[in-house]
Amino acid sequence: MSDDDTPHVHDRGDAVCVIGAGASGLTAVKNLREHGFDVDCYERETSVGGAWNWRHDRSPVYASTHLISSKPLTQFPDFPMPDGWPDYPHHAQVLSYLERYAEHFDLRPHVWFGTEVLRVEPADGGRWDVTTHGTGTAGGGERTQRYAAVVVANGHNWAPKMPAYPGVESFRGRLIHASAYKDPALLRGKKVLVVGGGNTGCDIAVEAAQQAAACWHSTRRGYWYAPKYLMGRPADQVNDELLRWRAPLRLRQWLYRRVQRLTIGDVARFGLPAPDHRPYESHPIVNSLLVHYVGHGRIVPVPDVARFDGPHVELSDGRRIEPDVVVAATGYLPRFEFLAPELLDADDTGRPDLHLHAFARRHPTLAVVGLLQADAGIFPLAHWQSVAVARWLRLRATAPDRAAAVQDRESHRPLRRWSRTTVVDTSRHWFEVSHTDYLRSLQTLLDELEPAA
Amino acid sequence: MRTRVVRFAEWTRPVPPVTREIASALPEDDEGRPPVLFVPGYGHAAWAFAEHWLGRAAARGYPAHALSLRGTGGSGASPVTGLRAYAHDVVQVAAALPRRAVLVGHGAGALVVQHALARYPARAAVLAAPVVDGWPALGAALRANPLGTLPALAGGRLRLSRRQLFGPDLPEEQAAAYVSRVERMPARAQWQLVLHRAAEPAVGHPPVLVLGSPDDRVVPRSSLDRTASRYGGAPLLFPGMGHDLMLDARWEEPIDALLDWLDKETAL
Ligand SMILES: Cc1cc2nc3c(=O)[nH]c(=O)nc-3n(C[C@H](O)[C@H](O)[C@H](O)COP(=O)(O)OP(=O)(O)OC[C@H]3O[C@@H](n4cnc5c(N)ncnc54)[C@H](O)[C@@H]3O)c2cc1C
Ligand SMILES: NC(=O)c1ccc[n+]([C@@H]2O[C@H](COP(=O)([O-])OP(=O)(O)OC[C@H]3O[C@@H](n4cnc5c(N)ncnc54)[C@H](OP(=O)(O)O)[C@@H]3O)[C@@H](O)[C@H]2O)c1
Repeated sequence: MSDDDTPHVHDRGDAVCVIGAGASGLTAVKNLREHGFDVDCYERETSVGGAWNWRHDRSPVYASTHLISSKPLTQFPDFPMPDGWPDYPHHAQVLSYLERYAEHFDLRPHVWFGTEVLRVEPADGGRWDVTTHGTGTAGGGERTQRYAAVVVANGHNWAPKMPAYPGVESFRGRLIHASAYKDPALLRGKKVLVVGGGNTGCDIAVEAAQQAAACWHSTRRGYWYAPKYLMGRPADQVNDELLRWRAPLRLRQWLYRRVQRLTIGDVARFGLPAPDHRPYESHPIVNSLLVHYVGHGRIVPVPDVARFDGPHVELSDGRRIEPDVVVAATGYLPRFEFLAPELLDADDTGRPDLHLHAFARRHPTLAVVGLLQADAGIFPLAHWQSVAVARWLRLRATAPDRAAAVQDRESHRPLRRWSRTTVVDTSRHWFEVSHTDYLRSLQTLLDELEPAA
Repeated sequence: MRTRVVRFAEWTRPVPPVTREIASALPEDDEGRPPVLFVPGYGHAAWAFAEHWLGRAAARGYPAHALSLRGTGGSGASPVTGLRAYAHDVVQVAAALPRRAVLVGHGAGALVVQHALARYPARAAVLAAPVVDGWPALGAALRANPLGTLPALAGGRLRLSRRQLFGPDLPEEQAAAYVSRVERMPARAQWQLVLHRAAEPAVGHPPVLVLGSPDDRVVPRSSLDRTASRYGGAPLLFPGMGHDLMLDARWEEPIDALLDWLDKETAL
């Protein structure tokens, strides 16, 4: 190969590359810097905040998005949200929180905005060649730099998972994925069908109940709907009170059913399907209003969508409805286009297999941060993951023997230690963890990685 | 002690908010130096730093702030007090500043700062005349001022005397005026000075400076040395001064030494 074909690889020495400047990327930059690493962070958008920055085209938030995890369970453990904020802040507050985090810890100088990572390829000695290009109108050519380690924090809530329905091409109404849904102007006065019973689907169904002419809500199974408050306190805080005293799962499930019986009663009476799983076996839906609007007749629960046909949508029970707008709130899929799937031990469906959902099993200098779904906020989990990554990389550099011993011990840890939850087997539950089980596992790892006193 | 990541108390019983009094002095030009947040010891409030130290820090280019812990000075009262609540107050104020802050705790405020350091990666920290090991401080207080200290053991008021707080050089009238401003702290918070769990390690590896006076009748010299060695150093000493380094006659010396150290540690 002539010199002209080999793009010049600029060696960044011991520096670490972070991909993405959302919540996970920002905390990775901060914690790596605190552990003494030089960091280059690449962000394809022109500002921080990732999913929470509604100005970004790929942002999945819509006008009415509020946190579903309450403040103490959502904030970074070393940078609290202001006391004056409500229990469940609005998405604009979450963005301003992330902006202030970046400002406070002076992270922006380490972020290359408008720069997309195209390829991450292994180089000699556990190092990585990272190829980027500018996303601005100016574009700019590709550029490859070599790093000692790569931390992927690209988020997993931006690539729509769109079901392939028979007959969609013939549909005369408007079909969009929830990622493209921004505010209820789209629904006003329309007959709306919302598909999917995740938090997005339930939120949009509620907005449709308030704004649209009619709203059908299609789910392919029944769910447990948790309220935002229980006994006057944010429900996640009450749940953690039970976890604190190590109440067994069976007892918590029994209590959950009790509470539901006392408040909503039998969901079947509302026309909602009975859940086909026990409480805590699907990603929590936190929505006090869905059942409320079903009870007011403003939301009509319907089963799964079978096919589209001209003006009609046919449901799995044979019923036909005529919506003007269909919002598919069917979730997202993780995407790592810049990495060969085998680097993350991903299977044919694209599901990566990582130690603690974070560490590549065969590449000690490759980690993913924020690839989790939990019964609490993601920020604290991403924070501790990135502290673990920073400590791990430090230990590898300073005490390789101890690092090897830790790796050996960790690789023998059974998976169930950190993902004890039994969940409905769909792709959205690939990364489901209980935040307490998960953090306990991270605690063990963090203790092992602690620099020798 | 290690950093604990499962924090049920903080998740399930968040510290209730209060209004907080903050005194500030800002430099004329912001040259990008880190803000300094002063945390008063028990009985004192923001005023103790507003007297001299805030102005001095600002004159040397540091945005300087002092807060009053909940229930003291102009800050709101709260049914929930004690170390966790006080540390929460400090971290709330620090996190609201535009840049990573330097935390300076005086007396029992140093203990509060130690706890805050476990929850906020400060740029640097200074423990001035730190009351961090409870038992030696209690012993010293009983020796120096038995009548003011004994009632506190039964949950009564801890009284600090002029002799404990100031050296001989401070004019009597001035000293009396300061002593009269010292406020009562809740019994639980007083007890925590002696009976508290050691703070978790500081997060973010901040450099820590310990300073004090060998003639302090609240913090024995041996205790100063022990605290400083925990952070791998020796204390900076200001002989002849009392416990209240920021109010005593020669208040310039410790603050100047503190700022010299900061200049070095946080060189731009
Ligand atoms: C509607 C909605 C509500 C939510 N509510 C909550 C909640 O209440 N509590 C909670 O904890 N979580 C919630 N989440 C989860 C949310 O995803 C996380 O809070 C958080 O945003 C995850 O941050 P992240 O940094 O991992 O990913 P993201 O925020 O998605 O950030 C990833 C960043 O990486 C960048 N990037 C991606 N690929 C590349 C590339 N190749 N090159 C360069 N840059 C790249 C992206 O531009 C983006 O800025 C919600 C999610 C949704 C969709
Ligand atoms: N803070 C907030 O207010 C808020 C709001 C929205 C989202 N979020 C978070 O964002 C993340 C994504 O949530 P999400 O609701 O967008 O997605 P999600 O949790 O993945 O939910 C997708 C829903 O669509 C259903 N579905 C998926 N594929 C389908 C198909 N082919 N046909 C029919 N139904 C299908 C799923 O059913 P199954 O149950 O069968 O999988 C599920 O009910 C979650 O972590 C969520 O908690 C938070």
